[in-house]
Amino acid sequence: MALFDVSGYKSHAGLRGQILGTGVGHLVDRPNQEFAVPVGVDPSGFLKSCSREGAVSIDLNHGTTTLAFKFRHGVIVAVDSRASAGSYIASKEANKVIEINPYLLGTMSGSAADCQYWERLLAKECRLYKLRNKQRISVSAASKLLCNMMLGYRGMGLSMGSMIVGWDNKGPGLYYVDDNATRLSGRMFSTGCGSSYAYGVMDSGYREDMTVEEAYELGRRGITHATHRDAYSGGVVNLYHMQEDGWIKVCKEDVSELIHRYRKGMF
Amino acid sequence: MAMSYDRAITVFSPDGHLFQVEYAQEAVKKGSTAVGVRGKNVVVLGVEKKTVAKLQDDRTVRKICALDDNVFMAFAGLTADARIVVNRARVECQSHRLTVEDPVTVEYITRFISSIKQRYTQSSGRRPFGISSLIVGFDFDGTPHLYQTDPSGTYHAWKANAIGRSAKTVREFLEKNYKEEHMESDTDTIKLAIRALLEVVQSGGKNIELAIMKRDESMKILVQEEIEEYVTAIEKEKEEAEKQKKKT
Repeated sequence: MALFDVSGYKSHAGLRGQILGTGVGHLVDRPNQEFAVPVGVDPSGFLKSCSREGAVSIDLNHGTTTLAFKFRHGVIVAVDSRASAGSYIASKEANKVIEINPYLLGTMSGSAADCQYWERLLAKECRLYKLRNKQRISVSAASKLLCNMMLGYRGMGLSMGSMIVGWDNKGPGLYYVDDNATRLSGRMFSTGCGSSYAYGVMDSGYREDMTVEEAYELGRRGITHATHRDAYSGGVVNLYHMQEDGWIKVCKEDVSELIHRYRKGMF
Repeated sequence: MAMSYDRAITVFSPDGHLFQVEYAQEAVKKGSTAVGVRGKNVVVLGVEKKTVAKLQDDRTVRKICALDDNVFMAFAGLTADARIVVNRARVECQSHRLTVEDPVTVEYITRFISSIKQRYTQSSGRRPFGISSLIVGFDFDGTPHLYQTDPSGTYHAWKANAIGRSAKTVREFLEKNYKEEHMESDTDTIKLAIRALLEVVQSGGKNIELAIMKRDESMKILVQEEIEEYVTAIEKEKEEAEKQKKKT
């Protein structure tokens, strides 16, 4: 398989399998994975049983709002910063954007542990790709690698909704990847339980020919309004702008101040 | 004491040789010649076609193989070994397209083929592949490349090279006659490859198989008539060069 060593997919048969080539079986097998899962264990069934009434509740909602959209001058990425464990706010300044390299960003929503682990693994693979091939990995390849990692654990209870944003020689790239190994390319995405509110704001304010300042404002508004209505989103808005020569971090503003700016009549 | 160190491939001899690899390189030297030239806008591979028996269908003897739309290769040495390598390389090209959503670069597929060859020089009970290959093509950003691999698993980039029988003679001819300015013209690049092959091939154009690839086009194997045209043009140029020499 291409990028065998990069994607971590090695045949269990080891060297013999590598030399003789992979048979048809390997295309459908779950190849070498980061974590071996014991036979007979059903992680997603176990998780379902934990969310019953009266039992200890392990709530893996995608408690977040993240958004990203492409426009004429690149890609805007905006995320909130609240980390929640059920109804407890674990952190008001969680970092939900991973800076993979100066030309690639990944956002995180869902289980914080899953997102952090798999996206840091993706960052490692991107770096290895660059060392081996002497050129930066493309956004489509990076998102594909993450998607294939998710595919190896499909149905086992991972929870991750991520957007891979970058600029390569095909131009600006925006991909949505989630724990079902869905991978979509698009112009505008929002993930997390605050995403419906963010979509509403983005859809009504989006124009392809926005100026850079208007785009920043749209990203900020999307997150702010989502945090205003969604209990699981809050904290600060972290805003990034992906340009041709790399990303810049635009701002980090508290939503409680932003909401006053946007809803002047309300308070 | 060479005898005791060439049984098992994985063993070094006291003076640092891997004899099986060197014997594999000898096998390559027995194969029919192949020539590759990298022009600015076209890449050319030519091979010496061995004369086929009367009853043999000569379309089944193909020494130039396409690996993907943008890469193709020729080899010198054991044909059966080459078939395995070509198959693995073809699968890898498609696998790369699937995972990376881009066609392979020539360097990537060369590196892949070389790693396969190297693996066979470092495991017990297996012999190395008895082929050297010339891999040419264009990357998706339009740069042309020519790489040569050998049984030890090393690879190098070349502007023009030859492998197989009489490779040394052909390479010397290429060194003498390769001119950077001529590589701008497709015809001159093709002519250089043909002239190089004509040095060592008996009976002229009939025993040459040639494939070219222009940027953003797929590989084209020239038919006999086209090769004859080039050969006639080359012979004319030779005659005129001779006449010039006689005059001065």
